Amino acid sequence: MAEGVVMATGARSIEAPDVGEALKQAIIASGIALILFIAIVGIKTENAQGGLALIYRFGAAFSLAATVGVVRFLFDLFVWRGLGREIMQRWLPAGTLGTVMTALVIAAYLLGAYYFIVPGSRLALAETLSDIFGDNEWRSRSRIFVELTGQLVIAVFIVLSAMGIIMALRRLFSAAIPASREAVPPAARAEKTTLAEFGQQFAPALLVIAVILPVLVAGPQQRYALDTAIQILTYIMLGWGLNIVVGLAGLLDLGYVAFYAVGAYSYALLSTSFGWSFWICLPLAGILAAFWGIMLGFPVLRLRGDYLAIVTLAFGEMIRILLLNWQSLTNGPNGISQIPKPSFFGLSFDRFGGSGTKFHEFFGLQYDAVYRIIFLYYIILALALMVNFASQRLRRLPIGRAWEALREDEIACRSLGINTVTTKLTAFAIGAMFGGFAGSFFAMRQGFISPESFTFHESALILAIVVLGGLGSQIGVVVAAVALIGSSEFFRDLEDYRMLIFGASMVVIMVWRPRGLVSGRAPTVVLKEHKVISGGLVKEGAG
Amino acid sequence: MTAPLLSVRGVDAFYGNIQALRSVNMDVAPGEIVTLIGANGAGKTTLMMTVCGKPQARHGQIVFDGTDITKLPTHEIARMSIAHAPEGRRIFPRMTVMENLQMGALLAPEAKFAEAQEMVFSLFPVLAKRRNQRGGTLSGGEQQMLAISRALMSWPRLLLLDEPSLGLAPLIVQQIFQVIRELNAKQGLTVFLVEQNAYHALKLAHRGYVMVNGKITLSGTGRELLARDEVKAAYLEGGR
Repeated sequence: MAEGVVMATGARSIEAPDVGEALKQAIIASGIALILFIAIVGIKTENAQGGLALIYRFGAAFSLAATVGVVRFLFDLFVWRGLGREIMQRWLPAGTLGTVMTALVIAAYLLGAYYFIVPGSRLALAETLSDIFGDNEWRSRSRIFVELTGQLVIAVFIVLSAMGIIMALRRLFSAAIPASREAVPPAARAEKTTLAEFGQQFAPALLVIAVILPVLVAGPQQRYALDTAIQILTYIMLGWGLNIVVGLAGLLDLGYVAFYAVGAYSYALLSTSFGWSFWICLPLAGILAAFWGIMLGFPVLRLRGDYLAIVTLAFGEMIRILLLNWQSLTNGPNGISQIPKPSFFGLSFDRFGGSGTKFHEFFGLQYDAVYRIIFLYYIILALALMVNFASQRLRRLPIGRAWEALREDEIACRSLGINTVTTKLTAFAIGAMFGGFAGSFFAMRQGFISPESFTFHESALILAIVVLGGLGSQIGVVVAAVALIGSSEFFRDLEDYRMLIFGASMVVIMVWRPRGLVSGRAPTVVLKEHKVISGGLVKEGAG
Repeated sequence: MTAPLLSVRGVDAFYGNIQALRSVNMDVAPGEIVTLIGANGAGKTTLMMTVCGKPQARHGQIVFDGTDITKLPTHEIARMSIAHAPEGRRIFPRMTVMENLQMGALLAPEAKFAEAQEMVFSLFPVLAKRRNQRGGTLSGGEQQMLAISRALMSWPRLLLLDEPSLGLAPLIVQQIFQVIRELNAKQGLTVFLVEQNAYHALKLAHRGYVMVNGKITLSGTGRELLARDEVKAAYLEGGR
């Protein structure tokens, strides 16, 4: 390495690559990698006769660690310092990352359009790829790769197209009705760029896609896709419910699953013992869950932060253990089975048996099990939208504003005459009520519930959705739920690696958006101009 | 003297076992600016918080306009039209200026919101410019103005101001004190002001109290107190 070379261009000189330092870093990096890889890669358990056998693969671990060291060494010398960095700074303008991202999005969009419009193109590409690779292992890998990326780019295509169509329609209609333009001051309209306007169509586009989803996914995969969508929507609904407690009121609740459980058991018990229908049980389940929310709220009124989190965590476990041990009521660990399935205005979705007209008979259709799934899908979509609508409205009411004020500064709240006791209790109650709705839907969908469905893992997952989405953000919850629940379904073919992807995506989000995907809080009153300031600029309220 | 708007009689207050206020007596008459000065930890803020019901007085009585408010919870006291601009401003950082003002107006009739808004914007024109900006992005002085404005939004009969000069540039302090004087002179607003900045506070106030270790040691008109040697020595001339 020639040290201390000064380039002729300008006064800037290339930072001399320090070989010794790079070597040191490389050794440290490979050492750390070795420690990790010995545990992760070096030892493997395998099913053998009479139990598990340990297989040692230290060779693989060493070669991986060595690779890490070499890559680190090369990066140190050529990319982070020295010539590589010089090239990056000089030849790649500031907007390069944006340009690359845009190019990627456009490429994904075009590929998605191709896959979407030409049926069977994905399969053909997979076949071609596997022919190139020849051997069997690579054949299945390339198929999985094409399948997964294919679904992703099709999703990109559909979402972006929907956004474009909605924007075009909106412009068309706002041009047709000039009177509606007066509502927006001219200054505000001029400030809004086309790109920003396009971005604002994201939520409406998702809504439209959600409504027509059963048609979009029609085909052999329809049932699986809708099941996944139902699961995601359930978590979105739970996320929105928890968002009221954690996001708006700032009360960290680690036991939210308790209300989900109360809702589920309410529906299960009421419907199996009294034969009440889902629509009667739903509000009752909500009321019962809200009641438990208040029960939890009272003892924790004086607690804050970590202490509140611990008590709510314990509360969640208490409910689960209660359900587990109250044999006479809940049937303990055996759970409750044969919970009535939904019916469409009294029309059963069953094929045979029972009395009354069946759904497919009434409409003169061929029997198909998917009708029930579609119906369930629309129920959960409606419920989730109701929760969203309700929480958006609540945010604009004095009570919603009081929740937000409570999150920011409790003392200031009191001095402004807000009764913090009732404010906290309503937050717990309403959040719990939405959890209860989701729970009774869950019970109806599954037809069987047991305490095992309501472990701490569920609470943690719901909280992760809210936190990753950005506290208090509605659309953030959607994106996070799709990312967390969807990805673990989506990458199912990758087996063990999907937990790796899950972890990696968490780390990426934490580094890239430490306050969650959507961190800006949208003001509820805006006069004349609309200015959103990112959460990063604003100090979090203490206390 | 007319019947006091706020009267504090023999109040003791405790934080756990530690006594913070020792038999404090104090009056604020309608239309007055009364200031309470004292060193760090003397109990000034505690007295103000005790008036607001947190901590509650263990002994003694606090009467506002003929009503005993000693044992009322804080939010009930706020509803008696006592507004409090707490120490350290405590505005809502993630809410916009307008939203902060709306929070202040929760107790006031909705019809009077526009009027109140106009009043605070004319007192502090800079807030009108910043109305859609988040509270947390304002400068310290602007945040203090917002805290006072938020308190004024409920059309209070008594304004409790806790160290409005805390951490602010002298010029801003003067501006804020000028506004307090104006509010008092034009609207007859009664103000109870806790301050460390003894000189400015005593010049502004009609009457003042000096607190040392939880006890009121001196009282008198602002001018009288300014002239007292003890006050000068302890608070005005750096303890010379």
